[in-house]
Formats: sequence, C-alpha cells, structure tokens
Amino acid sequence: MNQLKVLWNGIIKENPTFVLLLGMCPTLGTTSSAMNGMSMGLATMAVLIFSNLIISLIKNLVPDMVRIPSFIVVIASLVTILQMVIKAFAPEIDKSLGLFIPLIVVNCIILGRAEAFAAKNGPISSVFDGIGMGLGFTLGLTLLGAVREFLGTGKIFSMTIFPDSYGALVFVLAPGAFIALGYLIAIINKLKN
Amino acid sequence: MAYILIFITAIFVNNIVLSQFLGICPFLGVSKKVETAMGMGAAVAFVLTLATIVTYLIQVYVLNAFGLEYLQTIAFILVIAALVQMVEIVLKKVSPSLYQALGVFLPLITTNCCILGVAILVAQGTYNTQGLEANLLTGVVYAIATALGFALALVIFAGIREHLSLMNIPRGMQGMAIALVTAGLLAMAFMGFSGVDAGLAKALGL
Repeated sequence: MNQLKVLWNGIIKENPTFVLLLGMCPTLGTTSSAMNGMSMGLATMAVLIFSNLIISLIKNLVPDMVRIPSFIVVIASLVTILQMVIKAFAPEIDKSLGLFIPLIVVNCIILGRAEAFAAKNGPISSVFDGIGMGLGFTLGLTLLGAVREFLGTGKIFSMTIFPDSYGALVFVLAPGAFIALGYLIAIINKLKN
Repeated sequence: MAYILIFITAIFVNNIVLSQFLGICPFLGVSKKVETAMGMGAAVAFVLTLATIVTYLIQVYVLNAFGLEYLQTIAFILVIAALVQMVEIVLKKVSPSLYQALGVFLPLITTNCCILGVAILVAQGTYNTQGLEANLLTGVVYAIATALGFALALVIFAGIREHLSLMNIPRGMQGMAIALVTAGLLAMAFMGFSGVDAGLAKALGL
C-alpha cells in the first residue's frame, strides 16, 4: 500500500515536469515529437531506477562529506552504460536525442531524488520512487511531445490526423516548446483549483 | 575572420538557451532580478571558458591518448565539479568581493547542463566551426561566445520578468506558465537572427 502511494506521488502529485518543474532542458529539447519525448523519458527512468537502487544500498557506506560527489559518479557510470546500450541497440534514438543522452547526468531529477528520497529510504521503496518519478517524467515528456507534434505537423506518434500543410511549424521549433509547456502548465494549474 | 563568424553565430543565431535548450534551469530559476541574472551570467562565463579548456586538454591528452573515450561523461563531470570547487576556493582568497557577488551561484553551476554540453560538443568537435579545423582556439572562442549568449538571454529575460511582476496576470498563468510563454516569445524574436550567419559569411568574403 505504501509503495503504491510512493508510485502515485511520483506520477501525479509531484509530477517532475508539471509540478516540480525539474529537468527542463531535456523536457524542452527532446520533445519535438511524441516518440522522441517518450524515448527520452524512458532513458531517464532507467537511470533513475538504478541510481535510486544503488544509492539506497550504499548510503550507509558513504561518508557524509563526499556524499554528493559519490552520487554523481554512480549516476555518471549508469549514464555511460545507458549510452553504450542505446548506441548498440537503438542507433536511431541515439541520433535523435544526441547530446541529451550524456546530459542525463546533470538532470536535476536524478540527483534530486537521490538526495531527497534514496539517501533516506530503503532499496524497495527507492526503486518504487524511481519508477513513479520516471513514469511521471515520461508521461510529461510524451504529452508535451504529442501536443507539439500534433500542432506542428498534424501527427501523433507519426499517425496523420490532419495534413501537415495546415500545421504551425513553429511548435516543432524552439519557441513552440516554451509556449506549449507554458500553456500546459497553465491548464494544469487551472484544473488543480 | 571566421572566428568573428563563430562568435556571432554562437551568441545570436544558435543561442545556447533559446535555440539549443541547454542551461534552462538557471535561465528559469535565477531570472527574477537583473542583478542576480548578471551575477549568474558572469559566473557561468568564467567557469564555462575554464571548463572547456581543461576538458578539451583531458580529452586529447588523456582520454584519446590512452583509448579511454568511454570514460568521457564521468571524467568531464568530475573535472567540472572539481573546477567549480577550486574556483570557489581561489576566488575566496584572491578576490573576496567577486566571491561575495558570485558566491551563491558557483555551486549551482556544477549541475548547469550548458557547461557539460559545451564541453562535450567542443571535445567531439561537433559545433559549428565555420569551415575552420576544430581545435583548442576555435573551441575557446565558441565557449566564450556561448557563455555571452547565455548571459545575454538571461539578462534580457530577467528584465522582462521584472516588468511582468508588476502586471496583473490571470491566476492560472501566474508563475512559471507566463514565464515560459515569455521565453517562447523571446525565442521567437531570436529566430529572427536565423540566416544572419550566411549573410555575414558572404559579407566577410568566406
């Protein structure tokens, strides 16, 4: 029951994209389509689950003084492994996400959850926190990607809804990312009240 | 002449924040006042230039030389973290007034993705070098220009947000929502620079 609450907390109550506003660079930079947004979200989730697990296991072995540097080394190693796996098995994703894969290291969600949750809780609830936060992040990125892809090219997950000559290309470009996210947050604020 | 082109392209045409989406967290986080925005911009410019030089040398003389390219991410983030720590210590001793001004922002810079992003771009040589060979000099020019572009975007955005705080904004749009829409309009304004690099290259005879 408690684990489900942790999961729910990550997906809805403390959604990293729309409520905590963490990890904005990949949120804006990789959501030019729903597919790109989802693959970025899943990649981050993979790192988040394993970093939460490892950090909750080693938290008692690491002296307090070098806590943050050692967390960063754990996260950077996981990201390097992920980078190799993606390069080997999904080269298209590597091409479309590019620089943003190594930049998962500096995504504030991962270090933030390590510090705020995994350093204080046991391995099992830390894994659930990683899954919840990761799903929340993936959901946010997929939603933003779908909105931008729909408004910009008339497609969702490459399925044509309306012909793309009617699309507003600006939503696929940089300004559209800011504007679409701004309005999504405004809608969510409105729904909350 | 091509160096001027790299410089102007990195500041205006491919602005790091508004068209490459790097360094969004400080862009949204510390842009409520022009003064703090300037402090952050200066701190980033300082660390970014230094970090680019150090990581480039490490990439060429350590990682490439010993075939350790796969350690790039780990090595770079550790170098950046150590460098920020060192800059903090040195500044504290050498220039207490500058330390006072930048103090709060220095630790935040470690997790600023534009530092690691630019370091990786320069080490890989995948930035726009305008036909020059990617080496330390073009890398440093690119890094300085990028940092100036970051500071420029941050200060302009802070100026707009200072005015926004005096306005009457609908409840749902308050806070981050209106800030993001404003950033979108600013990005649209910067889109007006696209094509300037090609025209400039022609004018300079490149």
